Order: sequence, then C-alpha cells, then structure tokens
Amino acid sequence: MIQAIFFYIFAASAVVMALVVVSARNPIYSAAALIGCLLSVACIFVLQSAHLLALLQVLVYAGAIMVLVLFVLMLLNLSRDELGRRRITVRRVTGVYLVGALVTLMTIRFTKHLWAPAVSLEPGFGTIEEVGKILYTKYLLPFEMVSLLLLAAIIGAVVLTRKEKGDGR
Amino acid sequence: MTSETLVLSMILFGIGAAGFVARRNAIVVLMCLELMLNAANLAFIDFSRQHMNMTGHIYVFMIMTVAAAEAAVALAIVVRIFRARKAVNLDEINLMKG
Repeated sequence: MIQAIFFYIFAASAVVMALVVVSARNPIYSAAALIGCLLSVACIFVLQSAHLLALLQVLVYAGAIMVLVLFVLMLLNLSRDELGRRRITVRRVTGVYLVGALVTLMTIRFTKHLWAPAVSLEPGFGTIEEVGKILYTKYLLPFEMVSLLLLAAIIGAVVLTRKEKGDGR
Repeated sequence: MTSETLVLSMILFGIGAAGFVARRNAIVVLMCLELMLNAANLAFIDFSRQHMNMTGHIYVFMIMTVAAAEAAVALAIVVRIFRARKAVNLDEINLMKG
C-alpha cells in the first residue's frame, strides 16, 4: 500500500517534470526539469527493486550526462532571439496528435492488466551483487563491447570538437 | 504496480516523442531523446521484475552506456555546428538538404 502511494507520488512528479522538459522555452529549465524527471524515475527503479540501476541512474544519467548537457548549454549561451518564438505549426499539431493517439492506444492496452498481483521476488533481486554476477559471467562479452563503444565515443567527441590548424578562431 | 509502471513508461515516452517532433532546439531534442530512452529503461525494469529475470537490468545498463556515448558525440556535433553556423535551430541546419 505504502509502495503504491510512493509510486504515484514519483510517477506524478516524473510526468510533470517531463512536461516541463518539452514545454520550457529556455533549455536550461528543460535540463533542470530533466534532472528532476530522471531522479523521480530512479525512485521508481528502487520501488521496482532495481537498486543498482537506481544508483547508476543518479550517478550516470542525472550526474554525468546532464552535467555535460548543462555545460554545453552554458558554453553556447543562447540569446533570446536564438531560442526562437513559440509558434503553432501544422507539423507540431500533427506530431503531438499522432503521439497522443499512440500513447492512448498503448495505455488502454496496458491498463487491462491493472493491479495484477505482485510477484514475490527472491532476496537479492537487483542488488549490486546479483546484477554484477551475471554481468561478469553470462554477459561479459557485451560488457567489454560496450567499453569499446565508450572509447569510440570519447575519441569521436574529442576529434569533433578539436580546433583545426589555421581555423582562425 | 506492474502495468502502472508500463503506463507511466508509455506516457513518458509519448511526452519525449512529442517534444522530439515539436521542438527545434537541437539540445532540447537531445534531451527528449534521453527522456524516451529513460522510458524504455523503465519498461525493461518492469518486465524484468514481472518475469523475475535480471537480464532486463543488463539491458538497461547497456542502454545507459549507449545514451552516455550518444550524448557525448551528439553534443560535440552541436558545438561544432554552432561554431560553424551560429545556429542550434534544426530548421536552420539544412546544409545537407537536397
């Protein structure tokens, strides 16, 4: 019962924050709201007994990725004109309508199973120890591949943002 | 609390997708992308719990890593484009338009 109450609190805050992300005109507000949304979702991860991932969500997503986004936002330092005006275009209305229709259909499909009895989990489900065990045994190869991916991303980011010789800036 | 989480995941994904379509600021579009990836993560966690199988957690781990890599490279591209064209509005970045 208390879990359901907390779930609805965090779910409501996640949805409100997400709405702020897409509707705020200033990207800084969007980024701040996105951090709030990610933290709320991390709380829901805890309720779903995914403790390691809740931790990683806070550290990696809300910490590292969003700090990077904020850095870039402040680096670019967009002026009021560059942010653009709030306009209602045909494309926007169509896009929002289509997405709304999709979400409504999927939600109706999912709510058929509302209040399904909760399954009982074995102790240790989702803890660092248990997830770590399968990560380093069964899924060792994907884990190593993902480290290669990160290396490629680091090199790519450095190469892309490097100033070229004789660039004049 | 199982399909409630799926509904929440769907709503978050929808908000992210709507923002992805409607917004023209490149960085906000990237943030909407993060929102959608996060909604997918939530669905993975929920299915993982329903089936009492931690493979979903591994998937979420991988998605987070990919999101980090994507954010790094995409923001580098945004910085690069801003330096060259002084614009982050996706409508103004039409160099490759046929």
